[in-house]
Amino acid sequence: MSTATTLEPETQKQEKVTLFEIDQSTRQAALLFFTCSLVWLMVGTLFALIASVKLHHPSFLGNVEMLTFGRARSAHLNSVAFGWANNAIFGILLWLMARLSQQKLQHGGLLLIAGLFWNIGLVIGVTGILNGGLTSVEWLEMPRYVAPLLAFSYALISIWGILAFIHRRSHHVYVSQWYILAALFWFPWLYTTAQTMIMWAPARGTVQSITNWWFGHNVLGLWYSPLALAATYYFIPKVLGRPIHSYYLSVLGFWSLALFYNWAGVHHLVGGPIPIWLISAGIVASVMMVIPVVVTAINHHMTVVGSFGHVWASPTLRFIVFGAMSYTLASLIGSAMALREVNQVTHFTHLTVGHAHHGVYAFFTMVCFGSIYFIMPRLLQREWPSAALIHIHFWGCALGITLMVVALHIGGWIQGMQMNNPEVLFLELMKNTLPYLHARSASGILLFIGHTAFFINFFWMLFKKQPKDEHGPTLFSEVETQNI
Amino acid sequence: MKDLLTIFFGALATILFSFTGIVMMSNIQYGRLEPIVLEEGEPAYPRTPSGEAMQGKEVYVDLGCIYCHSQQVRRKGFGADFERGWGDRQSVPRDYILQKRVLLGTMRTGPDLMNVGDRIPTRDWHHLHLYDPKITSPGSIMSPFAFLYKKQKIQGDELSPNALTFPPDYENAPEEGYEVVPTERAHVLVEYLLSLKLDYELPESKFAE
Repeated sequence: MSTATTLEPETQKQEKVTLFEIDQSTRQAALLFFTCSLVWLMVGTLFALIASVKLHHPSFLGNVEMLTFGRARSAHLNSVAFGWANNAIFGILLWLMARLSQQKLQHGGLLLIAGLFWNIGLVIGVTGILNGGLTSVEWLEMPRYVAPLLAFSYALISIWGILAFIHRRSHHVYVSQWYILAALFWFPWLYTTAQTMIMWAPARGTVQSITNWWFGHNVLGLWYSPLALAATYYFIPKVLGRPIHSYYLSVLGFWSLALFYNWAGVHHLVGGPIPIWLISAGIVASVMMVIPVVVTAINHHMTVVGSFGHVWASPTLRFIVFGAMSYTLASLIGSAMALREVNQVTHFTHLTVGHAHHGVYAFFTMVCFGSIYFIMPRLLQREWPSAALIHIHFWGCALGITLMVVALHIGGWIQGMQMNNPEVLFLELMKNTLPYLHARSASGILLFIGHTAFFINFFWMLFKKQPKDEHGPTLFSEVETQNI
Repeated sequence: MKDLLTIFFGALATILFSFTGIVMMSNIQYGRLEPIVLEEGEPAYPRTPSGEAMQGKEVYVDLGCIYCHSQQVRRKGFGADFERGWGDRQSVPRDYILQKRVLLGTMRTGPDLMNVGDRIPTRDWHHLHLYDPKITSPGSIMSPFAFLYKKQKIQGDELSPNALTFPPDYENAPEEGYEVVPTERAHVLVEYLLSLKLDYELPESKFAE
């Protein structure tokens, strides 16, 4: 119990035991999810590097049918989106829900079944993509026969999250819990509807495409974003030890996100063969997203203001505040990209890819990293073995993703401008994207370095013996004194 | 319990709102579109693709061509789709109603293919381009799909009728006595590409001037 004392110095003795027990009730499930997420992160990064290199060196692995650009890129997306991101956030949301509900997770061991099925389903799905089962439906690339497996394990996780809330002992409902619950309700609806209307009983013509982007964008908007925001809303005030800036703003931010994000997906079809009124509605919703984004930004950043030293010293907060800042920036750019004049240029270019990584990586993934840095020591009762590795992780990821986002935004914009200028030959403008595609591969190497450092630190921590001389959390600012 | 129900019904209401508005309304508006006969005696458009073209589409889907090639033409004046020759008119919902899987795509790392069968009607061109894109499009960053072809010994004195004819200065041409022929998958894939044509008008979308 000595470690717990140093981790939670401000809490009373009685509550401390309870908090410890609550954390431990999520231990098995969360550890399984985190371990799998780490493996998928590495697998997904490798597929990403292959796909990225193929774009500027097309003959690289040119004779390997399993790794055409389309397949490698889809294997990447599904490994990181459903393997890394979902596993990570499953662990985080269950831990958060148990903590915020001040109640132990009942029969947490059963969640191991969910974790097992989820990851077996993914292995089958990703292998399927590589072996000719690719569906070419964005965000639903895995062959449809894995859907029941994934849906089953998803349902289990969802039910556990909701049960933890129902059996809560806390009287107050915290904003993070709204986000988690809403996401747990939204995702199954989205997933089953999209699977049905695209794979099992395909809707007619481009109604499919509309369904596809209603789903695809909402995976980000109604699943990843709310869950990462839940984590942000919890960890920023928690680590800084001060309340969130405004309760009222968090209510406004939640409901406006729920209302507007839902409609925004159509902006992926601007100029496409669908009714114009629908595109206009999608653009309006995308622009209205400014409200929840700005509201959330004020809330997060006003909580942080004045404590920047703390943020910089804490691995958790350094990642999470990086993520929160990216959320603001990526979302505002996203709203602008929906406007017809802007979309005319950015649609169909690498800028969209850059934007997707801005949201899912610079925001979501960074928040997950930060959360795992906080949760793991509470699960294992031991500290992160190496602050140096956390340093490498942070800088590899922060520099890598910044390089990627900047390169693809500039390169994509140039590509779009030239694509709309018929004087520029297509082969010419294709060549002009090469420097930016090279930069993307370089950024991939930086990310790979960061992920490797995280991977080593994680498994080192998982398997290391109980240390005797630990005296506090692993922080950036103690690096000099700890002599690591 | 009150909090749970508030969130549950709030989440349900917002998603039902968007599902009804986006998905159901479009389905009601044009979910029953049918091919149309413009003049008596003319076939109905869009055409039903041939069996080989439909098989070829499956190859297109499982290789993931959609991740670099879109299949949609934006209206004249919005982008340069028209000027680039990607189509003489905007593509509209009716153009896609016979497709069991719609492949609009969101990337143009390579050019749009909505009208590629009309734009480049040569079978040989497509085979050479798939075998090694640099033959037909120097500087292209498209990956080669040579694994869809097989190299074989020439039987007798004559090349097989479907053997690829390489330009004389092509450096990776097969050695003396060998030829390169498309596999069944390459054959149907090219049939599919040739079937992609926007060469007909619809009442709601006429050729642009």
